[in-house]
Order: sequence, then structure tokens, then C-alpha cells
Amino acid sequence: MSNFFKDTDIDTSQAEAIVTETLKNCDDGELYLENHKSESIVLDDNKIKSSTYNSDQGYGFRAVTGEVVAYSHSNDISKESLRKSSENLKDTLKSKKGTYNHEIPKTNSKYYENINPIESKTFDSKIDLLNSVNNYLRSKGSIVNQVTANFLGEHKSIEIIRSDNQVLKDDRPLVRFNVSVVLEKDGKKETGVYGVGGRQSYDDYLKEGSWKDVCDEAFRIANVNLESKPAPAGEMKVVLGPGWPAILIHEAIGHGLEGDFNRKKTSAFHNLMGQQVASEGVTIVDDGTLHQRRGSLTIDDEGTPTENTVLIENGILKNYMQDRLNARLMGTKSTGSGRRESYKHVVLPRMRNTMMLSGKYSQDEMISSVDKGIFAVSFGGGQVDITSGKFVFNCTEAYEINNGKIGSPIKGATLIGDGPSILKEVSLVGNDMKLDPGIGTCGKAGQGVPVGVAQPSILINKMTVGGTKL
Amino acid sequence: MIKDQEFLKDIASFCIENSKKLGATDVGVKVIHSVSENVSFRNKKLDESNRADSFAVNLTTYIEKKKSSINSSDLSKSNLEKLIERCIDATKITPSDENNSLPDKDLMSKEIRDLNLYDETHYPNDKKIEFLKKVEETASTDEKIVNTEAGFTENKNNFILANSNGFLGGYKTSNFSSSCVAVSRINGAMERDYEFGSARFLQDMMKPEEIGKIAADKAIKKLGPKKIKSEKIGVIFDKRISKGILSTLASAISASAIARGTSFLKDQINSEVFPNSINIIDDPKIEKGLGSQNFDSEGVETNSLKLVENGILKNYLIDTYNGKKLNLKSNGRSGGTTNLYFENGTLSFKDLLNSEKKFLYITETIGHGGNIITGDYSVGASGFMVEDGELTYPVSEITIAGNFKEIFKNITLANDLEMKYSTNAPTLLINQMTVAGK
Repeated sequence: MSNFFKDTDIDTSQAEAIVTETLKNCDDGELYLENHKSESIVLDDNKIKSSTYNSDQGYGFRAVTGEVVAYSHSNDISKESLRKSSENLKDTLKSKKGTYNHEIPKTNSKYYENINPIESKTFDSKIDLLNSVNNYLRSKGSIVNQVTANFLGEHKSIEIIRSDNQVLKDDRPLVRFNVSVVLEKDGKKETGVYGVGGRQSYDDYLKEGSWKDVCDEAFRIANVNLESKPAPAGEMKVVLGPGWPAILIHEAIGHGLEGDFNRKKTSAFHNLMGQQVASEGVTIVDDGTLHQRRGSLTIDDEGTPTENTVLIENGILKNYMQDRLNARLMGTKSTGSGRRESYKHVVLPRMRNTMMLSGKYSQDEMISSVDKGIFAVSFGGGQVDITSGKFVFNCTEAYEINNGKIGSPIKGATLIGDGPSILKEVSLVGNDMKLDPGIGTCGKAGQGVPVGVAQPSILINKMTVGGTKL
Repeated sequence: MIKDQEFLKDIASFCIENSKKLGATDVGVKVIHSVSENVSFRNKKLDESNRADSFAVNLTTYIEKKKSSINSSDLSKSNLEKLIERCIDATKITPSDENNSLPDKDLMSKEIRDLNLYDETHYPNDKKIEFLKKVEETASTDEKIVNTEAGFTENKNNFILANSNGFLGGYKTSNFSSSCVAVSRINGAMERDYEFGSARFLQDMMKPEEIGKIAADKAIKKLGPKKIKSEKIGVIFDKRISKGILSTLASAISASAIARGTSFLKDQINSEVFPNSINIIDDPKIEKGLGSQNFDSEGVETNSLKLVENGILKNYLIDTYNGKKLNLKSNGRSGGTTNLYFENGTLSFKDLLNSEKKFLYITETIGHGGNIITGDYSVGASGFMVEDGELTYPVSEITIAGNFKEIFKNITLANDLEMKYSTNAPTLLINQMTVAGK
């Protein structure tokens, strides 16, 4: 039974009837219902700066025929509102005729528990922990200039009603715990940020004082940056550390392999299927099935079970990531990559956990092979122009490499490269694949969704480092 | 139909009364209704139509100096009662902060001026479709254009902001916007560019032909870019990105960054931050302005502010909470800047391009490489080389880097300011930056 029609003037069977009637001449579509609870508690400048609880509920009604998507959403779940949306969809598609595709795979797998992390830890204990973080970091000395720490927790319940009364449901917990510290020494200020999270309760990430590890890591990064010198400018070799630096993969090739851009032929990869797009040792997958990971989903936002999609295998382009619409138009199957930020947004093919798999080299071998270059350990955000293929990301912890040895830390610089060619410049793939700590949010067309990344250390032959020192 | 003020007022009063009943000493609430209709086209065919009807309540309750907030999209009184109770419970156990309070009564906005921010015209989807057809027809005339996308969005908003000190105000706003993205191709390599127009009134919208033509021209000009050698060179920022300099300034002079001590402009008030020819203004009372407002997000009166006068930093952007930390009164900038702009420069665009033999002209930056704490700046860029005043060839896959403290002091403005967005700047030159390429 649906929980969404409780306290409304409409019941499940009436809603199902409206869905079936609205979609009868369409290729695809559904009524997507969502209940989203979230909280944010922020400590900043020695104080609890804000505590906010959000409660949002609504529906997004979608009808798809051919290439056309008609969408209507509202937070008013009522007979009148649904009828109005239905009229709106039918009006948009009045000149089209489609055949509804009823096929949707079923799954018994579950990649996370149905818990509400907001309720599974008391408000008091969250406040206490934030204060402990502040005290712990500030006890490291007067060098600590500013501390920010926060809890972000959410619980999302979704229900998808398809034509012919198929109903699909999912309950998704998600948490994030972040620490940011600003250190000041000799008039110079630098920041260090670290966080952890995923689809479990807060305490799964914070047990046995492991919150101190998060603080220590943020402190360590800021401390390294206090000693940083201006970064070099120009083309050079770049060694990327394992884990979070895989946002390079996410930006450089992930977006370019999303189905919509390839159907529309606006991706720099659209005519490269089956071709060599990376060095031979490079295999990249997008996996929605990892247990409790930030980017994992039991079913996607169209109801398709997620899978582990091989994108690039030994350098050869194998698959794009697909939602139902782009899969249908490209004559293939959805990979369970149809995602939306909320009921207010249309479905797009998106990444889940994007991972480059391990090769056989050690990080030491890579560094010792570099005469002049940089070693990038951690990044802030990145961005890509999928059409030209150019992508950037900025270092938050990096070092220069001179004659095979790691040298001084360098200031945050942007690295820029070309998506379709960068993976051919990967000359060594490490044996140390690591998942990121669970902090990524990907933006596309104004929609943010949680994602994960993973990679081993890699050596890139040539990239442009955007420093100030010539 | 957008809900009227009475409907929103009723909910605002309900929230204030119920919060007070449960023990709140102060209450602030905002109730918003918005309706948005969007149509998008791709390659001259309908791609998507999207209608949104959304409500939101943002409530903050105080018990003396303790504070907590809730947001909800469900306006039913039974739901609000539950959430108010939850908010009060959280307020009771949140540690107090001496700077928490509603704004001072004497700073509150007293009258609502009609700034001409609402056009009740409804542009039906059929009309939007006609508009988009024209956009795409103009965009795809050249055979080098292989893909076009265009969209039209109409927004109508109404809101009420109220607090337990008796403030209650709100008004309707509207927005019409259209954009076009064009993809060009030559020898298998593609480039993308866009144009975007936005206005409060339908009649003030950019013409569809103009939007399509600009997007296509820009995408074609970018074809066949080269990567240049790393060097130090004067960099010109196209109008589309020069406004980013003002956004950086706004972040760096927000009272929050100043109070936390995490701005590269901390302690720079009344110091020379820009060359003395430069004035920067934030004016909330421009008729039909995209950033115009009668009062800020706390109900505090907002008036025009000279942020920078003759190169000297004169004002921070101050809200109530951070103002108290700094011992300064709110200047109505909770929620940030309004219509922010550089006063026009003196050089014509042409003269600026001719002021040196060689420049790099940047039309687009990518990445988030600005650091407000240190002022360090490094982003990906693309644009053109300028030689002897002429744009000679497109450039891409490079970065530009510097430090904002230096960048600000080395700005020369052209005299081609247009008020096209809420933040606006003329074309500007930064005397020297490091460009990393080959």
C-alpha cells in the first residue's frame, strides 16, 4: 500500500487509473512520488550556527513519446492537482502516438537498509559531537584559526507508479559528516577539508572515535598547504593518488559517456564506440551495486535495478550509461542510470560509483619515473565541457616531483586536459585502487545527485598544470 | 495561478502564532509560492515541456538566544503543526549564541515601493514554441552548426516575509528567460557556445533571432582552437565572464567571511583595493532590475550602496547575525548583493583591445579555482588571441592564474557596461596573469 495518499482526497487505485489513462498513447512515463526528510546541523566559529530540518513531499508526473518529454510536478498530492498535470501532459503530446513499453526488470537485491539516519542518532549527541570536534581541533594550538563541522542526513522514500499499476519502491538513507579547518601561521592562512559518508547511519562512520581521524586528516591537509609554494605553470607529468582523485575520471570521460549526450551527438565520444579511447591497462566501470556507497541505488529513479556497467575495458569503449529514454532511442537497454535530484526534476542518465580498476604498478614506481612533474593527492571540484572534451579540476593537496622524488607542497592549481585524449596519456596504472570517502555530489543541468568514485594511483604523461610559476 | 498575498499571510500568521504558543520568544517566517513553465527544443523539434507548481515555508524560531529552523513544502496546517513542534523542541536544546536575534525594529523596511518587478502576462506554451522555432532557425542557418538546443522559461513568484516583531511584507515577481546552445563542427572536432537573455517583463525580452544568431556565431568562431605557450600576458575578460570578478568581491566582503576571518579582504575596509578610477555599486531599487528588492531576506530596508569608491573598499555586505559579531548594523544585505555593477570605464572596447600589441581575450572559464581565504585564483579558460587590436585565432585548453589582491589592482574597464544580468560588468583588462598552456 502506498503511504503517499494517506490524508489526501485520492487513493492508490484512483491515482493508478489516472496514470494508465494519461500514458495510454505514450512510449513511457510514470508517476514518481517522493518523501524527503533531511537535516543539517552546522558548527562554525565556536557556535552551533544553524540547525535545520527539511520536510518535502511531492510528485513528478512524466509522459514520454518519441524524443519528447512532458513533465509536471507539484507538492500538492491531490485529485485536482494530478488531473491538472495529466491534462498538461496530454496537451503537450496531443499530436504524438506511442506504444507503452511495460518491460521493467525486477530485483530482490538491496544495497542499503531502510533506516532513517536523522532519527537513529539523537539531536543532543550530534550537538555534543560537533562541540567535541571543535574542542579537539582547537586543542591542537593557536595555529587553528577557524573550525567548521557539520552533519547532513537524509531519508528519501520513493514510489514509482507505472502504467498498468506496476508499483516500484525504494527507501534511501544518506549521511555526510564534514570537517573544515583554517590554520594561520606567519600571516598565511590555509584550509583543510575532509569528510565521510554513505548510505548508513552516522554512527557507522563515527564509531570508536574515528571522527578524530576525520579531524586529523583535515588538519594535516591544511598544515601541508601552509608550507605550499606557488605551483608551476605548463605541461608536465602528473601522478594522481588513489581514491578521490578519480573525479578526474568522472569529469574527463564519465560525463562524455552519458547516453543523452551521445544520442544527441554532442559528446566528444559519440562516434568512438568500440574504439581504443584509453591505454591498454585502463578499465573503467560505473557500479550502482556497491553496498552502502554514496552513489549506490537499489533501483534507479525510473525503477530499473542498477548494475555494474563496464564503460571502458582494456582501453576499448564498451558502453554508455543509459536511462530508459535514451536507451530506447539508441536501441539498447537501460543500465539503471536514470536519476533525478528530486520529484521536481526530469530523469537524466547519470553516473553512480565510477571506478578505474587496479593495474600492476606501485605508486613508488610511478613517482621515481618522473623527472619533473606534480603528485596530486586530493582535489576540490571539477568541471567538463562535454562537447569540446576539455575538463578541469583543482588540487587541494599536491606536491612537486623533482628527479623521481616528492618535493615541496604546491598551492592549489587547476589542471586542464582533453577528455578523449587524456586516457591515452595514462602510462602506468597502480595496484592500489581505493574508494573515495563518500563525499561526492555531481551537478548536471542544475541537478545535484550523490555519486562515488574510485581509482588506483595513475601516471599521466602530459597535462597542463595551471600554476603561476613559469 | 499564483496564490494571492492573503493566502500566504494566513500561513505566515499561523506559523508565528503557533510557535509563540509553544514557547518561541521570537519567530521569523517566509512563505513562497512559485509557478514555472519551461519548454525546450532541440534541432527544431519539441524536446521537453515542464510545469512546476511549488510551495515553501521557511520558519526560524528563537527561544531567547537559541535558534532552530525548519523548511517544508507541505502547507497543510496538520503538517505545519507537527513541524513547528519539532522546531521548538530542537530550539530548546540548541546551545544559545548571543548574536542570534531578529533584526533591529528601526532597520525594518517601512514601505513597499512598486519596483515594477511583476508582469502578469502569461506567455502560453504555443507562443513559447513559436519563439523557440525562431531561435533555432536563426541558430542553424550556417552548415557548420550541427546541433541546437533552445529553451524558454516563464516564472511567477509571490512571497510573504513576516516576523514576530510585527513585520509583514511581500510582493509578486516575474521572470522570462530564453537560452540557446549551439554546437559547431569542423574536421570532426566540435565546439559549443550559448546565449542567454532574461527579463522581468515579456516585452523586454531579447529577440529570438538575436539569441539564436549570437549563440551560433560564437560557436563557429571557436572552431579550430590552438593551445598556446605558457607565458605572462595581459588578459581581457569578455563581458560574459568579467562579472565573475564582482561575484568574487561579493563573497570576500560578506560579513560572514569577514567575521570568521576567512577573507583575503579582511581588515581592508577603507583601504585601496582597486585602482582609483574604479567604483562599484550595489543598487536594489532599479526599476525592473533582475536583482531588485524592497528589503533583504530578513525584512531589513535595502538602499543603494557604494561598495568601492575611487578604488577604496567602503562597505561590507552585512546581515543581522554577522553584523552583531562585527559590531556593525545590517545594511540590508542578508542574502547577498542585489543589482551589482562596476560604474562604466572610459576606454572604448576597441581602444582597450588596441592598448597593447598582444592580449589573451577570454570568453569562458571552467572550474571553481577561486580561493576566498588566500585570494589564489586558477581556472581553465578558452577564448582568442588578440594581435594589433584584432581577434586572430581561438585558444583553448589553457589555464589563467593569479591572486585576486593583485588582479583587483590591475583592472582597466572598458565603457561598454550593459545591465543584462543582476551582476554586470563591462569588458575588462587585467594587466598581467600567468597563462599555462604548452
